[in-house]
Amino acid sequence: MQPGTLSTLLKRGAIWGFIVLELIFFTVAGEFLSLSEKAFMDVDNMLLLFKQSAPIGIIAMGMTIVMVNGNIDLSVGATYAISAIVLLDSMTWPLFAGLGDGVIPVAWALALLTGTLLGALNGLIVWKTGVDAFIVTLGSMLGYRGLVFMYNGEQPTSHLNWTLVDFAEAQWLGLHTATWFLLIATAAIWFLMNRTVHGRNVYAIGDNRTAVVNAGIRVGPHMMINFMIIGFLAALSAVVFYSESGSVNPNDGELYELWVITAVVLGGTKLTGGSGSIISTFGGVLAIQLLRKGLAHIGADTSTVNLVIGLILIAVLFLDRQLNIKGKEELKV
Amino acid sequence: MAGLTKEQIGGFLARQGILVAFVVFMIGFTLANARFLDPDNIMGVVRSSAILGVMALGVTFVVISGNLDLSVGSMMSFSTIVVLDLHDKIGPTLAIPAMFAMTLCLGAFIGFLVGYLKLNSLIVTLGMLSAIHGLTLTYSGGKNMDIADKEGTWFKVFGQGDALGIPVPILLFVLLAVVLGALLSKTPFGRKVYAVGGNGTAATFSGIRRARVVFTCYLMSALCVATAGLIQASRSLGSQNTVGQGLELEVLAAVILGGASLMGGSGTIFKTVIGVLILGFIQNGLLLVGLQFYVQFVVTWVIIILAVWLDIAAKRGKLWSPIA
Amino acid sequence: MTDQTPVLRLEGIVKTFPGVRALDDVSLTVLPGEVHALMGENGAGKSTLMKVLGGIYQPDEGQIIVGERPAVMTSPLEAKAKGIVFIHQELSLAEELSVAENIYLGELPRKRFGLVDWETLYTRTNAILEKLKVRFDARTRVGDLSIANQQMVEIARALTVDAKAVIFDEPTASLTDAEKVVLFDVIADLQSQGVGIIYISHRMEEIFRITDRISVLRDGTYRGTLNTRETDEEAITQLMIGRKLDLSRNASHHELGDVALEVRGLSCGRLYQDVSFEVRRGEVVGFYGLVGAGRTEIAETLFGLRDPSSGTILLDGEEVQIDSPHDAIQRGISLVPEDRKGQGLVLGMNCRDNMTLPQVDDLKAGPFVAEGSEIAIFDQYRDRLDIRTPGWKQLVGNLSGGNQQKIVIGKWLSMHPNVLIVDEPTRGIDVGSKSEIHNLIRELATQGYAVIVISSEMPEVLHVSDRIVAMYSGRIMRTFTSDEVTEDNLIQAISGISGDNRDKVA
Repeated sequence: MQPGTLSTLLKRGAIWGFIVLELIFFTVAGEFLSLSEKAFMDVDNMLLLFKQSAPIGIIAMGMTIVMVNGNIDLSVGATYAISAIVLLDSMTWPLFAGLGDGVIPVAWALALLTGTLLGALNGLIVWKTGVDAFIVTLGSMLGYRGLVFMYNGEQPTSHLNWTLVDFAEAQWLGLHTATWFLLIATAAIWFLMNRTVHGRNVYAIGDNRTAVVNAGIRVGPHMMINFMIIGFLAALSAVVFYSESGSVNPNDGELYELWVITAVVLGGTKLTGGSGSIISTFGGVLAIQLLRKGLAHIGADTSTVNLVIGLILIAVLFLDRQLNIKGKEELKV
Repeated sequence: MAGLTKEQIGGFLARQGILVAFVVFMIGFTLANARFLDPDNIMGVVRSSAILGVMALGVTFVVISGNLDLSVGSMMSFSTIVVLDLHDKIGPTLAIPAMFAMTLCLGAFIGFLVGYLKLNSLIVTLGMLSAIHGLTLTYSGGKNMDIADKEGTWFKVFGQGDALGIPVPILLFVLLAVVLGALLSKTPFGRKVYAVGGNGTAATFSGIRRARVVFTCYLMSALCVATAGLIQASRSLGSQNTVGQGLELEVLAAVILGGASLMGGSGTIFKTVIGVLILGFIQNGLLLVGLQFYVQFVVTWVIIILAVWLDIAAKRGKLWSPIA
Repeated sequence: MTDQTPVLRLEGIVKTFPGVRALDDVSLTVLPGEVHALMGENGAGKSTLMKVLGGIYQPDEGQIIVGERPAVMTSPLEAKAKGIVFIHQELSLAEELSVAENIYLGELPRKRFGLVDWETLYTRTNAILEKLKVRFDARTRVGDLSIANQQMVEIARALTVDAKAVIFDEPTASLTDAEKVVLFDVIADLQSQGVGIIYISHRMEEIFRITDRISVLRDGTYRGTLNTRETDEEAITQLMIGRKLDLSRNASHHELGDVALEVRGLSCGRLYQDVSFEVRRGEVVGFYGLVGAGRTEIAETLFGLRDPSSGTILLDGEEVQIDSPHDAIQRGISLVPEDRKGQGLVLGMNCRDNMTLPQVDDLKAGPFVAEGSEIAIFDQYRDRLDIRTPGWKQLVGNLSGGNQQKIVIGKWLSMHPNVLIVDEPTRGIDVGSKSEIHNLIRELATQGYAVIVISSEMPEVLHVSDRIVAMYSGRIMRTFTSDEVTEDNLIQAISGISGDNRDKVA
């Protein structure tokens, strides 16, 4: 066994260990505290958990690839909202009136295109101006939210298409539509990051940018593609969620960036880039949703969920640092 | 422009670009609507910017020391709720110091995590954003907080009062800006903040106790947040749990607009004040020319990107980034 | 040799930056199968020349000829495609990726749809690794390798293409002797295949061991090319610095004072063990050894930046525990650190603020910093150290290396320390400033400072020290007085005397 393997294993497995702990804790605590008659580890309950993880989870896959690249995207919540509006509103456009239910794929395509374009805009600005992605997406988080409001003022945008609702509420092989989308997004991004030249270059860029530049890899297009992917996934997340709900408020998706980043960091992706795994991010997403559901199950309210998640995030950071410390010999700077 | 080279103009814009932008905006809005330069209007803008401004002063310290503080919004909600709650329970005279003490404890906790435990400030304050929000909800039980006797309390002086014909929020903002500005630019502590943010390792090698400096910066931030919470509570005398939600990013936008680098080591209180005022005047100017408040979001976006872009473009001497 | 077509020619290269003529009409010819050393002081233009060759800079005048065709290089990748390969001094590896991915960075073999062709990748990589006789395979994560093995990965990159010329930039800086042997074998192998090699190094011993010809740059100009077999160190040095180096020993013997600092049996984990020495007032003690011998770590321990695992430190005969740099400074210890830009200076701050940084707490007028006394301190040390700057408002980032170093030295002199530690005081500094700093160190000793000088340059240690402590692999091998020491016995001491101390290949 090479040195460092143990801590690597510990870190890789940590999120799953944490999920197991959560399951045990909520099952046991649920026996004593639960307000409902149902057991926590109920199959339906777990299926629901997957479904509810989807909106955050789908975006988190995109965030992982952006963060491995060494960037960050704070504008995903606003992108999510804009895509949702495009999705619902485009179905009512007279232009598509003759299409019947054929409008659904068109609306989906438009929503996904919107997300991708907004992501591309972020990527293009980061690439061409050289301004830090944190600042660029902080700006566009405000800007895109402004666009959301400009679309329909402070009014909600609503449109229910029952075919769409049926589709979104369907269960295939026991899993909800949303769960399938989450799984597909996870698999696709995993494949992208581990099997393609783009994915491997993204790791290299986050790890050692100078080396990558010296090796002649063009950093800009890679960054831009990643921003397009996260924009696309934010839109996909909106498509999945709003196909079912049919109504979007201009404030929807606020604070999503925080939840998504929390999931990704819980999954062990390095903030400085170069390291991170899609599977662990998936674990991070589940862990958060499990925590929300579990706390609700034992009768805690939203306030406790917020408190606990915040503290866990900090605790993870602390543990991670302790695991990486090189012992007492280290320089104290 | 005779005698001025392109570099000199570029350098001037890099150093004073934010002031230039400010003047351009003022002129533009004045031309669009004469009421813009009305003293009452200006006073109104400064007054409504005071809360954001006070918070931005504290965050300036944190950003110059090379860190971030995303928790100020939810911390401000916490302060507001706490002081409103305690107002009726123990009276304003005790409620105010109690609220300051509690807020400073939160600041100290963050300062401990980032300064002494050396944890990444982005994630710590992200976690604290969520945790403090939870704390606030737990404290209030999720209900809105209101003062029983809204007419009779002297507490409203901080948000609604006037002194020497100037609204108290503005006085507090100016007072804090002057004191903190002097602290940052004139005292040994301020010098150390710049050193820690500019090169933390070199600061340590110069005998500066970096953890202590970072810790103190977060205390400054908490102090400002508590003041902002006080103004907010006193202005409205009742509040939701989410009153400060999202402010952390507006605050950060103001600080960045003022030219502080997220890498640390640069920025001044004066420039942050300009950044705050620009945001305030844009909002006001857009309203005056008849646009909705949310147009401001889009304009702010464009301005932030342009400001930071031109700043680094002037530093590297090229408009477009060298990224291949 | 002369009738062959050169693999690479640089002709009349001129490169200017605003205010500086970095390269002035430099020419260099590399023949197939020769190892061509490129030498020069830091700042002489070696790295600029290599950047021109690698397409990172475009030359203002002159041309690059690869084989018989003039070439315009626009990027390192293009240079590589033309058969010009760089082995960089700083490791440029992505630690999270596998060895294979690093070696083929930017050129991963592809299948359809942008997929990585792993099979080809691993087969090719393993073939290269076999040539290098290393004991790791293509799938190993680079972060799990030792520094030396990472260097081998870097070298393996040169073997991925049909190289015409390979440039090695200080390749042995982090290698053990055994690994050097492997590296020299690789170079010999490349040589026999007719590849031309440019070898950049400061280590004369290596230069004379493996190179055929030596070209020297000074201040951006070409000073000539010598055949290695027909020349000697002195001749090269003279070309490099334009005059004879002052290698004279420190002759002054003034009265030494009391023991200012004594260290007994100090250890810090695996970094160094059982170190004992003392420094008297008025004495300069030189620490000499290879990079990684533990010298800097001892200095950092004395400055409170590392916790010793055992042993005691005595200041003026009193046992002390030093917990932090703040603590060390209070006790009168100053450290001029090794890494000037990373540890010594806040580059974005002005000269004055940098200089007074450690004592800014004591320079107060009421609650504020007393700027007047700060400027007075700055002026005093600017004059004393002859720091050339337009004024105290100048950002230190804009100063030359020598002046930056003087700011750091001034910063610590102004603290009036009892013990002054200087770590690599003249690294990356031009020759003129170098001797100024040497004289300054001697002068400080005569004024009664206890001074420790850590250096990797033998002439420097010999020149300034009263006594020399030779370290090898974390231990003190021997302490010499200036009368005992010779170049030979010093070299023996720092290489672990001789015999069986070849470090195990990790």
